Amino acid sequence: MTITVPRPKLNWRERLYLPAIVTGLGITLKHFKNLLLGRTKVTMQYPEQKWDGNLPDYYRGAPALVRDEDGRVRCVACQLCEFICPPRAIKIIPGQISSSDRFAKVEKYPEAFDIDMIRCIYCGMCEEVCPEQAIFLRKDYAITGYTRAEMVHHKDKLLEIGGVMHGVVLKWNKKK
Amino acid sequence: MDSFFVITSLLKIVGILVVILTMVSYSVFAERKVSAAIQDRLGPNRVGPAGLFQPIADMFKLLLKEDFTPRAANTFYYWLAPCLAVMPAIITIAVVPFGSTLFGVPMVIADVNVGILFVFAIASLGVYGIVIGGWASNSKYPFLGGIRSSAQMLSYELSLGLAVIPVFLLVGNLRLTTVVRYQVEHGWFIAPFVGDWANPWKWLLAIPMLISFLVFMIAIFAETNRLPFDLPEAEQELAGGYNTEYSSMKFALYFLGEYAAMITGSAVVVTLFFGGWYFPGIPDGSHGWIFGLINIAVFFTKVAVVIFLFMWVRWTLPRFRYDQLMRLGWLFFFEIALVNIFVVAAILPFIRA
Repeated sequence: MTITVPRPKLNWRERLYLPAIVTGLGITLKHFKNLLLGRTKVTMQYPEQKWDGNLPDYYRGAPALVRDEDGRVRCVACQLCEFICPPRAIKIIPGQISSSDRFAKVEKYPEAFDIDMIRCIYCGMCEEVCPEQAIFLRKDYAITGYTRAEMVHHKDKLLEIGGVMHGVVLKWNKKK
Repeated sequence: MDSFFVITSLLKIVGILVVILTMVSYSVFAERKVSAAIQDRLGPNRVGPAGLFQPIADMFKLLLKEDFTPRAANTFYYWLAPCLAVMPAIITIAVVPFGSTLFGVPMVIADVNVGILFVFAIASLGVYGIVIGGWASNSKYPFLGGIRSSAQMLSYELSLGLAVIPVFLLVGNLRLTTVVRYQVEHGWFIAPFVGDWANPWKWLLAIPMLISFLVFMIAIFAETNRLPFDLPEAEQELAGGYNTEYSSMKFALYFLGEYAAMITGSAVVVTLFFGGWYFPGIPDGSHGWIFGLINIAVFFTKVAVVIFLFMWVRWTLPRFRYDQLMRLGWLFFFEIALVNIFVVAAILPFIRA
């Protein structure tokens, strides 16, 4: 079945094109003028202007390991985060804490803790699953590197991003 | 031919070439800035202050790109075509007076007595660059682009030529310097009111001159493949048009040619309708070299304004369909330009009287 689409009947003004073209030119000129006068809101100029101050508390940026007030790496190398991590970005090699250490009761510490930031999807499951409040997603979002190897965050880097976390549960202090 | 003439001519050629090439690269930059402003963006602003070195960065990028020649292409013509696209656009500027006089030297490279005919003759060669490029690429989209441009440019050359005849009816001379001289005495052709105020025929003349200007301007749009008529390089339909297979400097030459054609077109428009280097109240170069320089500045300012008009239109109007383009060219502009000639010819005796 053919459907005839009724075309609108144009009056002479519309058929002349020129009024419409002039109107259009006027609209574009208005935009041009407004931008030159600085009246137009334009995109944030990213590297110069940043929105970092406005990031919400629940923002999920780069995952990082934290130390507590005593300077202890809170991770006990339980490997739950390694297990839960959906893209399998985390790799942990556990190590034994020597019996002479102040925190000998903790028994294990991560000898190596690597997060492949190419794989990481910033889902925050590691933070959620962690029984020790040792891994947190911080607000760093510009994670860049020139090589794949550079994009793997080792323990040092993770601790550097994480820093010291105050106000977390300090259960190991009582079990000394 | 004395040595003074040779030396001044060479200086003028070098000067105008430098100015034109700078204008070409900066009109690309201006195009990006204008389009950005019209679309509420900022445009290139990374290279140098406010992005002013962007053309240099663009040039380096294009130079460093791989210069690829498709195996199926006809190599000779494939290499020749980009040069053919640039050359006519730049040669045309030779006959356009870009200033009055500077130290008694007329500011036009070649003051030939067939001025506008030379412009049309050389500008028409521009189509070869596109057609040959489209054909030699041996690829279907460039080929379609080439075909489109040949038909389009030939069609609009007709109205282009007819639209300016009223101007030359009034001037009575094809020399472009004479055209400017006439406008100095009688006012710009877009508003030819200076001189004989009381004569109502002069007021009547403004209408056909405006029509003439509009038709000429639109034909120039079509000739330079600018947006309402950029069918030869319709990205959405032809994957880039005639220059699809070109890369690196060869593509850059096409790009250069398009903008050079635009600048030359603007220069011709300014010369024919906006009084060339003449601005009311500013005397010509015979009153001192400073006025000679001001005249040149006035000319290039006018050219810049017309180039802005080109860009403004490009970022406002959508592309015409091909049949609309052809209908507009053959059934509307051709007739209107033709009738316009007769109207001006009818008014002419009353003005001369």
